[in-house]
Amino acid sequence: MMKQSIVRCLLVLTALFVPGVCAAANDTQTPDGLVRTVTDDVLAIIRSDKAIQSGDMRKVLALVDEKVLPHFDFRRMTMLAIGRDWRSASPDQQTRLVAAFRLLLVRTYANSLTQYRDQTIDIKPLRAGPTDKQVRVSTEIRQSGAQPINIDYVLENSGEGWKVFDVLVAGVSLVTNYRGSFGDEIRAKGIDGLIASIETKNKTLETEQGGK
Amino acid sequence: MTPACRRAIQTIKKTTLSTVTLLLAVGCANAPPDDPLEPYNRAMFSFNEKTDALLVEPAAKVWVKVTPNVLRTWVSNFFGNIRDPWIGINNILQGNPADGLNDIMRFVFNSTLGIGGILDIASEAQMPKHDKDFGQTLGVWGVKEGPYVVLPFFGPRTMRDAIVLPIDTTAENPLMASFRTPLIQDSATRYVLMVTKGLNARANVLGLERTLDEATLDKYRYARDFYLQQRRYKVFGDSALPQYENFDDDGETNPPTPPSTGEKR
Repeated sequence: MMKQSIVRCLLVLTALFVPGVCAAANDTQTPDGLVRTVTDDVLAIIRSDKAIQSGDMRKVLALVDEKVLPHFDFRRMTMLAIGRDWRSASPDQQTRLVAAFRLLLVRTYANSLTQYRDQTIDIKPLRAGPTDKQVRVSTEIRQSGAQPINIDYVLENSGEGWKVFDVLVAGVSLVTNYRGSFGDEIRAKGIDGLIASIETKNKTLETEQGGK
Repeated sequence: MTPACRRAIQTIKKTTLSTVTLLLAVGCANAPPDDPLEPYNRAMFSFNEKTDALLVEPAAKVWVKVTPNVLRTWVSNFFGNIRDPWIGINNILQGNPADGLNDIMRFVFNSTLGIGGILDIASEAQMPKHDKDFGQTLGVWGVKEGPYVVLPFFGPRTMRDAIVLPIDTTAENPLMASFRTPLIQDSATRYVLMVTKGLNARANVLGLERTLDEATLDKYRYARDFYLQQRRYKVFGDSALPQYENFDDDGETNPPTPPSTGEKR
């Protein structure tokens, strides 16, 4: 009786993983297809690359640069992280903000990639109409002994294909969550002060993490 | 429940909702009034950080070194399983009887076929694990979250969650909780279990704290905003998600002094 159930469970288990492996179609036209393709690509590389697993930041950054970054809209992200003050920033300040914030996010994201072990990632079916300009693709990271972590990607199609402009972890926007501390910084030191702070932070990270 | 009582609960619910919605909408664009305890909180936050860096994190690293992967999975599953009935009860209290039943069935299934809970076969059988507690239930019922408070060792909470924390820790863990009579009478065994649970839980998030360190200019502020936002998401669901403004639409809305900091659009 018990043995049977275990066998059944094993079957369920196998059934769970096989389609995930087979369904790695290269569809980047739809938002969920894009998320799936990029996730599969990146995970396949991490799984097979010992250097990345052991935290070789240079290789991780190269991977992120090539596979992930082209699908993100950093200007939109920076704007949302800054909030209202974005409007009072000069075009030059805006450009520098985007560059600095982009680097900060990339460094952080790259680090969390090296933490990836053997979790499985489930991409849920998209609930959106074909004409929607803004969609949220939900994914679930499963790990044993804990409830799955929900990571959602918010994408927008502004004519140049789908681009991610926010990532929600357990319902928290990684982008707008910066508004508090960025706002504090702007009030204390102005926009140039904020840019300087982010740039200093990036320099510290570069020294700590190495890799360019 | 008397009509007066019901009216009172309705009133509490209304004010709560409007306050929380306002706080959410304001986001963090302006110093939010939701951290009146900030000086104490910052001190406690840094105390917790130091305790972790000096004691808990090194111990968790040792734990990872001396235990095989599979054992840590079993430990996680075991303690996760003990929580499931309370998660189920809270799901029911929050008006999700189907999810609640799922949680209780998970417990039955995993406790037996999963060999006392060390195997999470319920998850493999498409019975997902949830995360509910009594603080959330109160939130769903309309109880205000109150100020943000950082507790020693337990970390960030809303005042509402902090007040019911003894209820949650007891009900989540009937084996060890010392409130009333714990199921395990021998106190030495209880301590060993408690330490194992703590170490294992910490080991599961090793490395993640680095992300927090690296991501932020002000770690306290980022951690607070993150905590509050995920709590609100757990209570209010999608309606707690941010509204995405477009600040590039020059001219259209560009008042010299913005009247409202964050009306939902």
